[in-house]
Amino acid sequence: MTVKSIESRSADPLGRFGNFGGRFVPETLMTALAELETGYRSALADAKFQEELKGLLKEYSGRPTPLTLAQGLTELTGGARIYLKREDLNHTGAHKINNTLGQGLLAKRMGKRKLIAETGAGQHGVASATVAALLGMECKVFMGEEDVRRQQLNVFRMELLGAKVIPVTSGTRTLKDATNEAIRHWVSHVEDTFYLIGSVVGPHPYPEMVRNFQRVIGDETRSQILEREGRLPDEVVACVGGGSNAIGMFTAFLEDPSVRLHGVEAAGEGVTTDHHAATLTMGSPGVIHGSLTYVLQDEHGQILPAHSISAGLDYPGVGPEHAYLKEKGRVRYTTAEDGEALEAVRLLCRTEGILPALESAHGVAEAIKLAKKGNPDSIVVICLSGRGDKDVDSIRQGLEGL
Amino acid sequence: MRIEAAFSSGDRLPLIPFITAGDPSLEVTLDIIRLLDEEKVTAIELGVPYSDPLADGPVIQSASERALSQGVTLTWVLELVQTAREIGVTTPLVLFSYYNPILRFGEEYFLERARFSGLTGMIIPDLPWEEGRLFSSLAAKSGVDLIPLVAPTSRERIRRIVSDARGFVYCVSSLGTTGIRQHFSEGVDRFLDVVREYSPVPTAVGFGISRAEHVQHFLNHADAVVVGSVLIRLIEAKKDRLQDSNRKGQALAEIREFIRDLTALTVPFHEG
Repeated sequence: MTVKSIESRSADPLGRFGNFGGRFVPETLMTALAELETGYRSALADAKFQEELKGLLKEYSGRPTPLTLAQGLTELTGGARIYLKREDLNHTGAHKINNTLGQGLLAKRMGKRKLIAETGAGQHGVASATVAALLGMECKVFMGEEDVRRQQLNVFRMELLGAKVIPVTSGTRTLKDATNEAIRHWVSHVEDTFYLIGSVVGPHPYPEMVRNFQRVIGDETRSQILEREGRLPDEVVACVGGGSNAIGMFTAFLEDPSVRLHGVEAAGEGVTTDHHAATLTMGSPGVIHGSLTYVLQDEHGQILPAHSISAGLDYPGVGPEHAYLKEKGRVRYTTAEDGEALEAVRLLCRTEGILPALESAHGVAEAIKLAKKGNPDSIVVICLSGRGDKDVDSIRQGLEGL
Repeated sequence: MRIEAAFSSGDRLPLIPFITAGDPSLEVTLDIIRLLDEEKVTAIELGVPYSDPLADGPVIQSASERALSQGVTLTWVLELVQTAREIGVTTPLVLFSYYNPILRFGEEYFLERARFSGLTGMIIPDLPWEEGRLFSSLAAKSGVDLIPLVAPTSRERIRRIVSDARGFVYCVSSLGTTGIRQHFSEGVDRFLDVVREYSPVPTAVGFGISRAEHVQHFLNHADAVVVGSVLIRLIEAKKDRLQDSNRKGQALAEIREFIRDLTALTVPFHEG
């Protein structure tokens, strides 16, 4: 099986998916975004670039990742057959590397030697630092002071890889503010710096570009399940923070009406509390980090802090294409609470011997519910976006609290 | 007074001070607006505090946080504008707000309320020309000018952005966020001259300007100068006195002196 071309349908010229998306950024960045779009489109059309990226995905990250039948979990739930798309088996332990390899190569092609990135838990930061080391580039990672404190190991990993981690002390001191600070740095150094955004968020062309670097997940899954089962799955489930693993998985199935798509947001301590990250479920349209999309905001348009046990889902915005897919009704968006995610971690460990990332566990929790309603002839696919080694501290504390 | 009229009046200081509304309180902001009106500045920029001010440096970020902790909202700022008009402030008042609070308010309803309150114009740092076209035309109809921004990186975009500008064109002096700078790049003068050549309306330059020497220099290349962070820092340093009725008079006098000193090196506006 081969990795498909990353060519895909585009957002409109203003970068809109329906009403969502766009470029709501300071004027200083507009020329850089236009240059990025030109550079990206030219790379897409360049067979050499595509070959180089395919080569790295295969030889460096280990793609294609397997599609594993979760025998134990299937037996336990007693319904549909459950498959796991093993993005956790990528180099660095999550799907993030698909995108950082793509953008890293693009930066090189555009002659930029300095990378900057934002990170929450540190997964995108580690994936960015990794690619910077591989390609011989300078890398600065902006990380909220609160996350720096909580994720000491990932901070060390990034530093070990040669990146400079910059603690962000503004606002809530988490991912939202790390992103603000990365944008501020980019505005100051736009002429020689490439901003490597970690999800399908931000101003156009980022949501479309990151989607296209991540769509390899769904493209592989689609041909793997056809080969294995001779048919398409009934349900496809992925967790949604910014939403890059979900878009990467869903894109291959958007034109298959028989495949039901489910995006799972973090309900934190519950969607009726103030402590959740269920942007599509509980938020409303607004602008965050350069994009018109759903956001968590108060009645005056101030952005509200998000909360989830999973730092990777702890974000008050979401990719604009998800907002569009929600309004179109093509994807069903639902939620899982902190406790449900922890239970799913325990279950997957016991039944499969696989420790999922807390992010991915939100998808597992919903998939179990769906599988229970299914019969042995139906198929549920979960995007297991990352492994949970990074989360063992949170998981231990969380399970003790249950 | 319309913005163009303020620029061409001949008796106004070529200065556009920026203050964050509600920092440190409603009453003090109103005092400072009145003071600036008396000093006949060209326009006053009123910052609407926002949770995620990504075009701003640390000084204005902190002011924004202080104002938010006072419970300041967009509605509240429009009421402040209305009060200023009621007490006789005639200087053009220009709102500086990120886009999301306006979007949340409702664009058309916002413009209606803005016009009613006596607001003259607005600057929206995260609404570039492409995204602002519809809002700009709605604003023009309501008589509140959407002031466009141009940056040193705008290059071939400059002509298009300024072609239908109203009020004035805001030139961003340098790459980066708001905040005090000691030096400016060599290309900035040329950039300002290009904008001035293309612009059908007056130009103002802002970001980083804090000293009389800067003001004097930039007035050779633009029609007015925006001063923000240095003023915010001054207000912050005096915030206790500004909120103490016994000591307020002296603190305001010092701010007045600072405004006068900033333009002390410049030739009078009408001779320029």
